[in-house]
Amino acid sequence: MIVGTLSKITGPVVVADGMTGTKMYDVVRVGNAGLMGEVIRLEGELATIQVYEDTSGLLIGEPVESTEGALMLELGPGLLSSIYDGIQRPLPVIADDTGSDFIARGTVASALDRTKTWEFTPVAEVGQQVTGGDVLGTTPEGATVLHRVMVPPKMSGKIAKIVAAGSYTVDDVIAVLDDGAEIKMSQWWPVRYGRPYKRKLDPTTPFMTGMRILDTFFPVALGGNAIIPGGFGTGKTVTQQSLAKWADVDIIVYVGCGERGNEMTEVLAEFPELDDPRTGHKLMDRTVLVANTSNMPVAAREASIYTGVTLAEYYRDMGYNVAMMADSTSRWGEALREVSGRLEEMPGEEGYPAYLATRLASFYERSGRVEALGDGERVGSVTMVGAVSPPGGDMSEPMTQNSLRVTGAFWALDTSLAHRRHFPAISWTKSYTLYLGQVQDWFESKVSDDWRAVRERAMFILQKETELQEIVQLVGPDALPETEKIILEVARMIREDFLQQFAFDAVDAYCPPEKAYWILKTILAFHDAATQAMSRGVSLRQVLQLPSRDEISTLKTTPHDKALERMPELVQQISEQIAGIEVL
Amino acid sequence: MTAEATLDRSLLSKEYRTLTYVTGPLIFVENVHGVAYNEMVAVLMPDGSERSGQVLEVSGTTAVIQVFEGTQGIDVDATRVRFLEEVAKIDVAPELLGRILNGTGKPIDGGAPIIPEKRLDITGSPINPYRRAQPADFIETGISAIDGLNTLVRGQKLPIFSGSGLPANELAAQIIRQARVKSGEEFAIVFGAMGITHREAAYFMSQFETTGALERVVFFLNLADDPTVERLLTPKCALTVAEYLAFEKDLQVLVILSDMTNYCEALREVSTAREEVPGRRGYPGYMYTDLSTIYERAGRIKGQKGSVTQLPILTMPDDDITHPIPDLTGYITEGQIVLSRHLHRRGVFPPIDVLPCLSRLMNLGIGEEKTRDDHRAVANQLYAAYAQGRDLRRLVAIVGEEALSDTDRRYLHFADEFERQIVGQGDVGRSIEDTLGIGWELMSELPMGELKRVRDFIDKYHPSSASGGGEMGDL
Repeated sequence: MIVGTLSKITGPVVVADGMTGTKMYDVVRVGNAGLMGEVIRLEGELATIQVYEDTSGLLIGEPVESTEGALMLELGPGLLSSIYDGIQRPLPVIADDTGSDFIARGTVASALDRTKTWEFTPVAEVGQQVTGGDVLGTTPEGATVLHRVMVPPKMSGKIAKIVAAGSYTVDDVIAVLDDGAEIKMSQWWPVRYGRPYKRKLDPTTPFMTGMRILDTFFPVALGGNAIIPGGFGTGKTVTQQSLAKWADVDIIVYVGCGERGNEMTEVLAEFPELDDPRTGHKLMDRTVLVANTSNMPVAAREASIYTGVTLAEYYRDMGYNVAMMADSTSRWGEALREVSGRLEEMPGEEGYPAYLATRLASFYERSGRVEALGDGERVGSVTMVGAVSPPGGDMSEPMTQNSLRVTGAFWALDTSLAHRRHFPAISWTKSYTLYLGQVQDWFESKVSDDWRAVRERAMFILQKETELQEIVQLVGPDALPETEKIILEVARMIREDFLQQFAFDAVDAYCPPEKAYWILKTILAFHDAATQAMSRGVSLRQVLQLPSRDEISTLKTTPHDKALERMPELVQQISEQIAGIEVL
Repeated sequence: MTAEATLDRSLLSKEYRTLTYVTGPLIFVENVHGVAYNEMVAVLMPDGSERSGQVLEVSGTTAVIQVFEGTQGIDVDATRVRFLEEVAKIDVAPELLGRILNGTGKPIDGGAPIIPEKRLDITGSPINPYRRAQPADFIETGISAIDGLNTLVRGQKLPIFSGSGLPANELAAQIIRQARVKSGEEFAIVFGAMGITHREAAYFMSQFETTGALERVVFFLNLADDPTVERLLTPKCALTVAEYLAFEKDLQVLVILSDMTNYCEALREVSTAREEVPGRRGYPGYMYTDLSTIYERAGRIKGQKGSVTQLPILTMPDDDITHPIPDLTGYITEGQIVLSRHLHRRGVFPPIDVLPCLSRLMNLGIGEEKTRDDHRAVANQLYAAYAQGRDLRRLVAIVGEEALSDTDRRYLHFADEFERQIVGQGDVGRSIEDTLGIGWELMSELPMGELKRVRDFIDKYHPSSASGGGEMGDL
């Protein structure tokens, strides 16, 4: 056992002497209080340690004990519906154990319930040759998810013994291999290493979010990654929470990294109440929350996103589609910067460490659609959505720019849209996606074969509007010809009746892709008919008085079935009505 | 609260005369043993007076100490340092209400000494997110721009972003005077003044005295000419008292911190003296974490009656909202109230520029049974219409009003009236019903077809809902 002594304390970073033999990123227990920390620099016998808890009151000379292992998570049944802090301590258990409303230091709590039993059904047999990732059996986790108990990666052999179906705890040995290795329902994995898989697959299925602007204009594929940058108050958190609620995936991992306490409470209070639109049970049944609020220790904040992605990978390996939301990655970047500053490292751009880009790249590369290790050709995916909070809303800062280089979609939140209460405040001029080509086939076969064409036309109108607005700013709206005025009107309809989506409305909160497509189609039909009518001399004013125009604006809040039934008729009606207008 | 366990060493108090280096607010003491991080120290001056300080760093046998009252008069020869073997603490008791304390929590009003009920660590601990209760109670501040458009709820932290010379203090005083919750309970006020001028302090005192609020105020006073570094303790002391009153004495506590900019300046001063790697504009890289340990000490706790609501005030240097202080604050707090120099110059009081304002918890505190069913819709419509009017103002400056359509002209007029009637209410309180009523009055000036966001409530609240239909489609 390696035990050193504390020789220097500066905030969350401490130095211990006599630590020969300890390795980088080994977890250590600091001081008599046993505060948890991680080795982040070695220099002769000195180890520099970032401590996950407040270091006030620590004394020089107190012992520092190395656990001689990296920061690990315990993975097994019972993760779902849990609420953890950044280093996988369950917050409800801490509250019950300590009886306090506050988080005291040095608290230790087991990530999984040690006494709870799980109904295990074996699928493997004695004598079977197994390798890492092979499924030994299953247990229902909550009402909706079937937890596959897998052989931990790097283990292999013949099954010498496997238990019969029945109730077991996570500590019970459920199988023994011929070399005597015991396998339990839970396994450990170091958070800073990606879990292995057979091979990465090309992402082709869209990650449906139910948000019209994202699904139609800037879709992401399952296994892809996106960032949502935006200044404060532009709706990052609301967007992330909407995604968590509505995204069409099996498992949600939501990481509140440096979040506001009250907002985390909103998630904690709301998620257990939410009905899951996919299964009819509670959304929480397939969600893991990682909550490390901004005032919780900075080093744990740094670890929290790795904790999140490791949990996501574990369920990916079972063959599930997992979405991981990280809100906000900037807080993680700031934690890196803070620790780097305490280490007195040479700062890179804006004080961030020079290895920021490397860390970001290796983090986002843990997303992907993969063929999992083991038998059964399981395909799972981890889709990542990271919020970025650029200081002052300035997107040229290092976190945003470095994230852009390694992610596939950019959902830019726009302060001026937020100010005029256009929500979601995602800018259609600045955002982009690189997945369009990959998911186009899916949309054209599942939604409509002119999906891409409709999308491009709507984008063109919005683009045109931006150009025309510049002219209007200079010379006033009256200077525009009628054909361009109608573009402004149609663009406005696209903005108000299609892009704006009210996250708190029961119907509008989620919009299926067919409905989104048809709303856009209806608006474009209006444009076509109007342009045609105006070419024969009908005035813009007459066209705008059309009663169907009001109906278009109510489509998004009309129940989906009814709206889908109505829209083809409406398209017909609009052209008839406009054709029927007499030239004055 | 938690550090005691590690401090159970010899009770012999240790005095050192091994000061070697003095810089800015910092002193370095050599050959120390058993010194704890964040431990409090007493600095014994050559003239016999005593100052207080705190250990910022211990490295081997060297301790770096920040001295709260400044380092004037300290020498490396005769000055002695005594380690107090405890982290920074404050004595708390219910009798603190009505008292004036200095920046570190010592009474300075000449009253009786406070008999402590408890002695609490001022750093506090983070509230377990799982134990937090969701804020849900509407606080009526009597100010339309806040109640109507950026509603404050109990347990929220909502800063006021001000600029130098803007009446943030007057606004804060008005909120203190008028704030009430539906159940009618009065707020206990904890006021943390950091580096404010004597004049400002006197203004608040007279406000508290004339309104009789003084007996429910705990006033922490660190004036502009008081030691800078002492300010670093003031908000932590204030919030420790606030948490004590809220979660042990079941009071509804409103904490006003003014001015957070001065606090951040003090933080930068200490950081620079320590020769740390500077972050943006010279502020330390850990300023976000430091601010979050202040702002996050607001909220409600499950099963507890009390609550802590925070209204920090900060001055945006050069009215720049992207400056690190307002920027980092905005990322931690649940929204912001922004004051505008433009409105102030035009004599609008309170000069709240509603467009960049936000209350993230608004939806939790409004709606039927809390305020009124149309509150959200009215707020959205007013926002959208005002934003439109403001855009048109820019346009008018270029093309003139004649080039506008009738609808556009109505929007322009709406924006003017909005600033005059809703925002510029003056020094009077207004109930939420009045605020919404005035909102409807103003909206009725716009064509009915434009009122898309309040469509469902037109029949119920529109002043001319019976005849209003005739205007439909009037563009």
